[in-house]
Amino acid sequence: MENSPPHPYLPNTPEDVKAMLATIGVEDVEELFADIPPHLRVDSLGLPPPLSEQELVRELTSLATQNLAPGPNTPCFLGGGAYRHYIPSTVRAVISRPEFYTAYTPYQAEISQGTLQTMFEFQTLVCELLGMEVANAGMYDGASALAEGCLMASLVTGRRHIALVDTIHPHYVDVVRTYAMGRGLQVEILPPQQIWELDESYACLAVQSPNFFGYLEDMEAMAQAAHRVGALLVTSTDPISLGLFRPPGEYDADVATAEGQSLGWPLSFGGPYLGLFASRREFLRQMPGRIVGRTTDRYGRTGYVLTLQTREQHIRRERATSNICTSQQLVALAATVYLTTLGPHGLRRIAQMCYHKAHYLAQRLASLPGYRLPLRGVFFKEFVVECPRPPQEVNAILLERGIVGGLDVSSRVERGLLLCVTEVTTREEMDLLVGALASLSPR
Amino acid sequence: MPSPADRLYTKEHEWVQMEDTVGTVGITDYAQDQLGDIVYVKLPPVGQQVRQMEPFGEIESVKAVADLYAPVSGEVVEVNGELEERPELVNQDPYGRGWMIRIRLADRAELANLLTAQQYDDYIAQGADA
Amino acid sequence: MRFAIGRPDPKEAQTGERLSMDMSRPGRRALDLPPLDVPEAPPPPSHLLRTSLRLPELSQNEVVRYFLSLSRLNYSVDSGFYPLGSCTMKYNPKVNEEVASLPGFAHVHPLQQRHTIQGALYLMFHLQELLCRITGMDSSSLAPAAGAQGELAGMLMIKAFLRDHGQSQRNVVLVPDSAHGTNPASAAMAGFQVVTIPSNAQGNVDLEALRETLGPQVAAVMLTIPSTLGLFEPNIQQIAQMVHEAGALLYGDGANQNAFLGRARFGDMGFDVVHLNLHKTFAAPHGGGGPGAGPVCCKSHLAPYLPTPVVEQTDEGFRLTSPPRSIGRLLAFWGHFTVLVRAYAYIRALGEEGLKAVSTHAVVNANYVRTRLKGAYHLPYDRPCLHEVVFSTVRQKAKGVKALDIAKRLIDYGFHPPTMYFPLTVPEALMIEPTETESKENLDAFCEAMLAIAREAEECPEVVREAPHTTPLARLDEATAARRPILHWQGG
Repeated sequence: MENSPPHPYLPNTPEDVKAMLATIGVEDVEELFADIPPHLRVDSLGLPPPLSEQELVRELTSLATQNLAPGPNTPCFLGGGAYRHYIPSTVRAVISRPEFYTAYTPYQAEISQGTLQTMFEFQTLVCELLGMEVANAGMYDGASALAEGCLMASLVTGRRHIALVDTIHPHYVDVVRTYAMGRGLQVEILPPQQIWELDESYACLAVQSPNFFGYLEDMEAMAQAAHRVGALLVTSTDPISLGLFRPPGEYDADVATAEGQSLGWPLSFGGPYLGLFASRREFLRQMPGRIVGRTTDRYGRTGYVLTLQTREQHIRRERATSNICTSQQLVALAATVYLTTLGPHGLRRIAQMCYHKAHYLAQRLASLPGYRLPLRGVFFKEFVVECPRPPQEVNAILLERGIVGGLDVSSRVERGLLLCVTEVTTREEMDLLVGALASLSPR
Repeated sequence: MPSPADRLYTKEHEWVQMEDTVGTVGITDYAQDQLGDIVYVKLPPVGQQVRQMEPFGEIESVKAVADLYAPVSGEVVEVNGELEERPELVNQDPYGRGWMIRIRLADRAELANLLTAQQYDDYIAQGADA
Repeated sequence: MRFAIGRPDPKEAQTGERLSMDMSRPGRRALDLPPLDVPEAPPPPSHLLRTSLRLPELSQNEVVRYFLSLSRLNYSVDSGFYPLGSCTMKYNPKVNEEVASLPGFAHVHPLQQRHTIQGALYLMFHLQELLCRITGMDSSSLAPAAGAQGELAGMLMIKAFLRDHGQSQRNVVLVPDSAHGTNPASAAMAGFQVVTIPSNAQGNVDLEALRETLGPQVAAVMLTIPSTLGLFEPNIQQIAQMVHEAGALLYGDGANQNAFLGRARFGDMGFDVVHLNLHKTFAAPHGGGGPGAGPVCCKSHLAPYLPTPVVEQTDEGFRLTSPPRSIGRLLAFWGHFTVLVRAYAYIRALGEEGLKAVSTHAVVNANYVRTRLKGAYHLPYDRPCLHEVVFSTVRQKAKGVKALDIAKRLIDYGFHPPTMYFPLTVPEALMIEPTETESKENLDAFCEAMLAIAREAEECPEVVREAPHTTPLARLDEATAARRPILHWQGG
């Protein structure tokens, strides 16, 4: 068709464009680009030709099927910071509303109360879950939230050393290092036994519990060791574990962070995820990220607005508490619907199921010849098993049997395989894994 | 409305009212009007030394933040704690209950660096840089 | 037009009053879980256990109704015209949502063995390539979570590059006064001291001021092109040359890439590193404030410093790798993968010609709005713009009507307001970015509304000053919210 726009996403026909150019008072579109020097203009980018929707779906479906997606026929025991939990149908029903996902940041409060009120709900849920006084509306992910927590500790204390316990997820440690490099902060990695060696140059002690290997740290000791020298305790945690275990607020954490992906968001090959971030109320003005507050309109009706914005980059610019200008809103919305759907009993039940199932698997594996549990302590939904053969080989063999194995942590624990079990893992799947691993036992 | 003549001013829109060796410090009516609704005032602790024309605190409105500059050098001897709960006092009564700190003056000669009310009013009439 | 201002009925339903905790009734539940299929393990020591957990208890119907009632209080791209300057609120193609939720993308674990994730890595590798072609750069990393994290990555790359070349003394970054707030904030987060450089009367970089400021301390200049005034910097190559001769690097903020998509490239202009906003130019939805994605693209001399990971092609397929002098990780995993899927789908759907048509239509739309409104509103830079146009409402301010009032009044006419009070260099700024996905009819309706508001500002300014009148809530008291912050549910 002669008078058709160049693409279905573009509404204006050649005739429309002609009429608009006449109003503008130019003959040719190119006149509008006159400020771009001619020698900087390109004729071709060398991009592929357009695809119709049908062709596009075909190509992307073909790419998607080249990935192995864990599911009912593909048991998966991978964790390590990304977790398969059941996603209630309510979550999808809410986050697929275009009123939520095609809106911008709620800068115009009168037409954004939907987003703002869910952000307020989210802050409430995060405070309740972590047992903390104030929470922001969300950050990029658990790792960057931990890093921002360390930077905030430096801001609060005016100190420039950051101590990380060495059982933190190694990727999280990397992210803290990246952020610390920017601000010129010194990062020290230390084993849990050395936390009493901190001195008054430290802004914080950062700890993950359950740690990278799935085990709980002695958080009372961590808090004491940090507070003894005036440092803050910055924690990272698994929010599902808080259905069962004490929250950071109860062991005196100053800044509590967590990875929120477990709360109703699919694995998504690693992202986008969600950082939860909460702290003591006294640090509110040093907190990074968006915050929503409750207020009223001029008729006294309750509503919600972005508040304490002077902390943020669009006002304080180079003196902002952080450069972040997102709240990872859609993922935070999913977490909000997730926790509202589960309620206290649902979350507790899921945490218990993770705990009991993980212990079932651990016990069965420990009884196999050649396997043992090398770490001591209380674990939640992940644990390390020492294998009779290198974990890489073990995983390869498991995959041949259609099982996505665990994470190879042999660089940290000799022949260690980090396994993860959640409420979606069935006994049948675990028995299948035990059977497959039993065949690798030394004879 | 002319600024009160019983005090001295800075080009950064602070005022200081001397009583013996102690100066009470706040911001001008012009400044509070430019900033809009004040939501937070960050003040130094009692005992802190401040230096003339160096920042001693910060003032925030809903969508702006500004440094507060000390009109004179000396020791902070009192802080207006009421602003913690009611920062809007700076809007409502900038020359009275909206005061911020009291400074024990270190050097009387510094007062010569400040503007009189008349000079300050002329300065804002010329389109001061808020 | 005259607008009746009535006091709302106080008995009207107040959604904001009732939060999920207020609706909670002990015992209600929205989900059942399967029975435990293994024997119970001995419980953990009691001192580790949680004793109380306060979360809402609602039935499934209540959960769904509550959140759907909230969704109806939002304005969104799918509900109407959203000319929010510098945010590029274009239509988000539905097919992108569909493909991003394919199980082979949505349910894949980031730590799976390499040969089980080749489809995902293929997509990432080719998106890296496509973005390099679009920007005229040599290498890219998809790791940054958002534009601001892309900026931080770019600044850290520059810092690491200078350190490796014995230039650590370069600790100053120059940022024009019209830049987004993230630019100075990101430079500061990377440890640089920020110095602001002024714009000239045409809204471009003041070359003399730049020349004077460049020196042995300067690490980089951060530039948004076209500027936040929607104007292309005609001296860009000269600026690049000056920056490089002074031993500094040139950082590009790609927030406004929609303006010259398919027509010009950052690489040809002399930029060393640039970030893109996939949620702006490449149509990934904004999600109400994230997640976005902010890949960085750079010239070969900065490639060794790219954030981890990048995807490379080997004889055994694609793999994730860390560049040799990488600044490190920015996130626990590989970037915002399902956002990347949407951007890839968008680029493939449009293809070469389609992407060029995007900038054509975006620029024609912005200039159409500029031309239709310039009689009624002051146009501080009266020349053709690119993808967005900045007006100043100083004329209306004489009647006591501020940019904020006009923005709020637009809501009554059914439109999302433009960006207000930005860039900071324009008083009472309204920044309008129509994007390419709006029809002439929509632009006409918007322009008619703007013209009507200009008349109202003359004839009945109080109607504008008290807007909006048609929303469930009137303007909210932001001062009290900030003075005495209530940041979570307090009842019960």
